Amino acid sequence: MKPPRITDSSLRDGSHPMRHQFTVEQVSAVARALDEAGVPVIEVSHGDGLGGSSIQYGFSLVSEMDLIAAAREACARAKIAVLLLPGVGTRAELREAVKRGAGVVRIATQCTEADVSEQHFGLAKELGLEAIGFLMMAHMRPPEVLAEQALLMQGYGADCVYVVDSAGAMLPADAAARVAGLRRVLRCGVGFHAHNNLGVAIGNSIAALEAGADQIDGCLRGLGAGSGNAPTELLAAVLDKMDLNPGLDVFKLCDAAEYVLAPMMPFQPIPNRDAISIGYAGVYSTFLLHARRAGERFGLDSREILVELGRRKAMAGQEDWILDVAQDLARLKGDKTKRLI
Amino acid sequence: MPAIKAAILGTGNIGSDLMFKLLRQPGSLELALFAGIDPASHGLARARQLGVAASDRGIDAILEAPDIRIVFDATSARAHVRHAAALAAAGKIAIDLTPAARGPYVVPPANLGSHLDQPNVNLITCGGQATIPLVHAVARVAPVRYAEIVSTVGSLSAGPGTRQNIDEFTFTTARGLEAIGGARAAKAIIILNPADPPILMRNTVYVLSEGDFDEAAVTQSIERVASEVRAYVPGYRLKGEPAYDTIKTADGLRRTITLLLEVEGAGDYLPKYAGNLDIMTASAWRVGQAFAERLLETVPLRP
Repeated sequence: MKPPRITDSSLRDGSHPMRHQFTVEQVSAVARALDEAGVPVIEVSHGDGLGGSSIQYGFSLVSEMDLIAAAREACARAKIAVLLLPGVGTRAELREAVKRGAGVVRIATQCTEADVSEQHFGLAKELGLEAIGFLMMAHMRPPEVLAEQALLMQGYGADCVYVVDSAGAMLPADAAARVAGLRRVLRCGVGFHAHNNLGVAIGNSIAALEAGADQIDGCLRGLGAGSGNAPTELLAAVLDKMDLNPGLDVFKLCDAAEYVLAPMMPFQPIPNRDAISIGYAGVYSTFLLHARRAGERFGLDSREILVELGRRKAMAGQEDWILDVAQDLARLKGDKTKRLI
Repeated sequence: MPAIKAAILGTGNIGSDLMFKLLRQPGSLELALFAGIDPASHGLARARQLGVAASDRGIDAILEAPDIRIVFDATSARAHVRHAAALAAAGKIAIDLTPAARGPYVVPPANLGSHLDQPNVNLITCGGQATIPLVHAVARVAPVRYAEIVSTVGSLSAGPGTRQNIDEFTFTTARGLEAIGGARAAKAIIILNPADPPILMRNTVYVLSEGDFDEAAVTQSIERVASEVRAYVPGYRLKGEPAYDTIKTADGLRRTITLLLEVEGAGDYLPKYAGNLDIMTASAWRVGQAFAERLLETVPLRP
């Protein structure tokens, strides 16, 4: 095994629990601390990727382009990555992000729909970016299907393809099987992005490494959607203990988590009742806060909403189905809906 | 009944579904030719079985038929750019189902009557045909600051054209929401869902109003427009009541309206879940009828 490359997504996946309210000062401080601790790639975007600022996902307080520029300026060594979901963001936003300092793009599709990303990989390569494929909701399909989709992305020019456990629904054996499935067929790199809804983000990341992953994601304090991601500082300590530390300063990362990020966090993501339901039902981790709000509005247990969304096979980004499901469940209960005003 | 001769160019799923619609309900149109460029296409064979004149000589076969007045183009944006010029030179009306947008956008309940003098009209996108009528319904009662739509379609109903040009879907739909829907600014999101059995086409429409408004008037306007669409897309259904809310935005509290919409296809040729494709062919049918009626009014038929 060789030390993996670590990408920190506190400033992208962490945008979800922050309700997309990151300020320029916060982003500068977090990016600087990560850079000083040796993190080589820092992802900055709206939580749902470039162009995600919307009614559907929540409006950003500060334009993500300004946040990308702030992170770029704060870092001496780290590359700035952006997330792009075709269908939400477009090549226009990617061009702008590159002008503002992005050097890596992670192009995310549902794990069965890789062929919507061809034009975006094409532009990324034209612009000389490192381009990484992100197969979301990867727990929903077996390794062979993911491998076929990953091959499409490799064909479009991907430098690496990630198995993304968007729902935090995988157990270590699931993560290992999927990463190994990609490793077997790909010439390019393989990555793994964990969510901690079932409490196994670090365990899954280790299993992915053992199965051949080249890249692993983390977020300081695990700040991310659902119950968050693999905590970057914890990942660093574990890798160090495995003798696989890729050059991260464990103490500096722990300090960054404790003294830089923690004070700005609205809450500490943990596998609580809602997050466990997300992992168990296999739904998109970002549904957490949206489902909680819908539950309050319609007088429902948010877990019922999440489990029903899992039954309907909702995919990544389908936040609008939460209202639909909540209305249906409330109607079934004969409850009168309450206004949010 | 007198009828205007029409041709369909493009023998894929969309062209074939439109053929079934025109055969089932010809109205003021007579399907005179079904043309493509692949002699081995299933679409051509199907047309011949159904007794429709068919040609594998594409646009040339249509240009050689002087009595064909209206041409539905269900090929690709790139091909339509070429077809548009040739059809205009031949004095034929083009109803464009591709994203080429050589002519003005048309969404039947919003502006069907306003471009009947044009040689070429464009049908925007499936998401546009589904959601622009609803934004228009709000905008005519309460000024719309911002409209945002999310179209979710079953993976099996998203063909290679949509997949390779997903950015164009979002741009074109957003421009249509502004130009025809009447929103000052707009955003479109498309999501593919691979669930099996496939989901029906689903759309969520979010509207942010300029100011306060009369909820009853908005609801009534929405219901009226939805029933106008249902006249040509029977499976067009609003789910539940419009949801009225107030949200915090960058410039203060704003009132919002959220509409949930389901589109089930007629199942003429394509499966019923493909409401996104059905609404394109049904809108093309509706627009074609309007052009044909106009031609019948203005051009006296020789005995």
